[in-house]
Amino acid sequence: MDRTQFQKLYLDYERGRIDRRAFLKASGLGLAAAVLAACTPGAGASTKPSAGTSSDWTPPEGVNLGDTLNLTTWPNYHDQATLDKFKDLTGVSIALTIFGSNEEMLAQLQAGSTGWDVLVPTNYTFETYGQLGLLEPLDLSKIPNFVSSRYEARFLEPAHYPAGSSDLFGISKDWGTTGYVVNTKNATKPMTSWKDFFDMAQGELSGKVMIHDYQLTSIGNALKYHGFSFNSVDPNELAKAEETLLAAKPHLFAISSDYQPPMRAGDAWVAMAWTGDGVQLNRDIPEIKYIIGSEGGEIWSDFFAVIADAPHRDAAYAFLDYMAVPAVMAADAAFHGYPIVDSAGIDLLPADFKNNPIIYPDEKLLSPLEFGAAVTLTDQNRADLWNRVKSA
Amino acid sequence: MEDSEGRSKTANGRGSGLVTALLLVPTTAWYLFLLVVPLGILIVFSLGTRTDVGGYSPGLTLQNYADLPTRWPAFQNTLTLALIGTILCALVAYPLAYYLATRAGQKRTVLLILVILPFWTSFLVRTYAWLQILGANGIPSLLQTLGVEPRPVFLNTHAAVLLGIVYNYLPLMVFPLYVSLERLDKRLIEASKDLGANRLRTFFQVTLPLTAPGLVSGALLVFIPMMGEYIIPSILGGGKIYFVGNALVDLYLQSRNWPLGSAAAIGLIALVVLTATVYLRLTRVSSQRDVSLL
Repeated sequence: MDRTQFQKLYLDYERGRIDRRAFLKASGLGLAAAVLAACTPGAGASTKPSAGTSSDWTPPEGVNLGDTLNLTTWPNYHDQATLDKFKDLTGVSIALTIFGSNEEMLAQLQAGSTGWDVLVPTNYTFETYGQLGLLEPLDLSKIPNFVSSRYEARFLEPAHYPAGSSDLFGISKDWGTTGYVVNTKNATKPMTSWKDFFDMAQGELSGKVMIHDYQLTSIGNALKYHGFSFNSVDPNELAKAEETLLAAKPHLFAISSDYQPPMRAGDAWVAMAWTGDGVQLNRDIPEIKYIIGSEGGEIWSDFFAVIADAPHRDAAYAFLDYMAVPAVMAADAAFHGYPIVDSAGIDLLPADFKNNPIIYPDEKLLSPLEFGAAVTLTDQNRADLWNRVKSA
Repeated sequence: MEDSEGRSKTANGRGSGLVTALLLVPTTAWYLFLLVVPLGILIVFSLGTRTDVGGYSPGLTLQNYADLPTRWPAFQNTLTLALIGTILCALVAYPLAYYLATRAGQKRTVLLILVILPFWTSFLVRTYAWLQILGANGIPSLLQTLGVEPRPVFLNTHAAVLLGIVYNYLPLMVFPLYVSLERLDKRLIEASKDLGANRLRTFFQVTLPLTAPGLVSGALLVFIPMMGEYIIPSILGGGKIYFVGNALVDLYLQSRNWPLGSAAAIGLIALVVLTATVYLRLTRVSSQRDVSLL
């Protein structure tokens, strides 16, 4: 179609001689419009592969769920298909707010009036959240699909507040470890420990290594380098970790928790990483391996929790119940690559997922790992140390 | 007669006073609620203490200000890079503005639009574009194919952050310079030449002093936002090139030490005010003339 033809067509449309559909079709703009529509979130949902089938879960009867749910979570952590399916079943669309650290989530909640409904907190936050009354104790009668007997106790325990009480403030989403990814094509010398990580960062890998922009993991792993506890708040041990971090800093490529892009681009060869990022990177670039430091380090578990005074409380409970359905969580895990806890959900996982050593590592690598402690998150000395390292 | 005249005058005066007051309401409210009140909150917070789990608890201590020197590297880094950035902006912008004002001729309008054009795209998008250009698959890999070994690293260096801030704030320097060069009386330059001064001498004795106000205001326009910069160092500096802005974000959101964060924010404001004042004093003395901000 040339310009004059298009102009004529446009005039016809403007004057009402043809309708919008005919105009779009004849002008070829319809295709562009269709592509745009498909890119609009939610619009193309019905044609996407669904997470489980609709019979896996039905919304609670006689409850008005509204039309929105605010979910505050981590990057690369949910399959859009899972969220779209929830919208199809309930009419509730989920708005995501993405954070890089538990500390930032906590800072926002402390400031107040977030309007959030569902939060994805990590094990060590519950004591602080409980103390500050920021989450609500879950009414389990509204989450019938959650069957606690199918959950390994060590992963569920942290969500009880006060510790040991029967009040549960979160249900498990998944768990994982904090190790590091290595592009073995570039970093050819074998690496197995945090000692390797920090020593080689200052040696042959200078300029190619990244650590998290997160005091909890970066300080914790520097503590492991010296053989101290990941959770240490001992001033002498922290001083040693600070030395290590300060010595490594000029050799680092970056201090950032957004390490997937530089690992993919080849800017970074080694980066402190969480399980799912290891899985996602290894899936696309097989020479990128995931290492759990032989000295130990962190094992963690994440939860779905409901914010106290959540504006869309009923939708929040409906979402927790939906995510507790084994078929739904298994389909979601296939996307994000983090191991899940519910044994019925694990049964539904494909064999290559269950046998992936990044996702379910050998028990002998797991046993030295520690769960982060509440004080590890909030300790003033650690906070100050991290600030000094970053501003050095 | 006198009586009624006097009364009508007063009424007039009152009327216009009321209009003036009404016209000033939006600006006053703006400054009161978005500048004075937040500043007051900052001051109050800066005198408090951090609770055990972070945040703010009321107090009356100067400890946070006493702790400020521990953040000195961030202040020093910010000041150094903002100063170098401002100087680089001036060095790049002056020839450009000179060309636009004196030599561009018919192309001038188009070229001026080209200077503003980058502002039509989001600042964030442009900075991310630099991330790609400077990243391993950008210029470094191009240089590698041209035989530069090992592949150079540009990202997360002081140079990358400098490039980012100069690139982003350059137009703010170009425009005031352009305006002052454009207004420059060309006959003065001719006179200088007629009196035997060569081009260099004419530039340093006539053109530069007469366009100094543009240079001074341009420098302030780029220096002040550079001091408060946060996004460019965090994208192009990879958490290694640390500005006070980054320290503030970390203090508020990571370590949740709001009182120290507030003290650091006030420290930054003080540093900017101090530097700008010293700068204005110095430029005023050296050029022996009043300098207007814009």
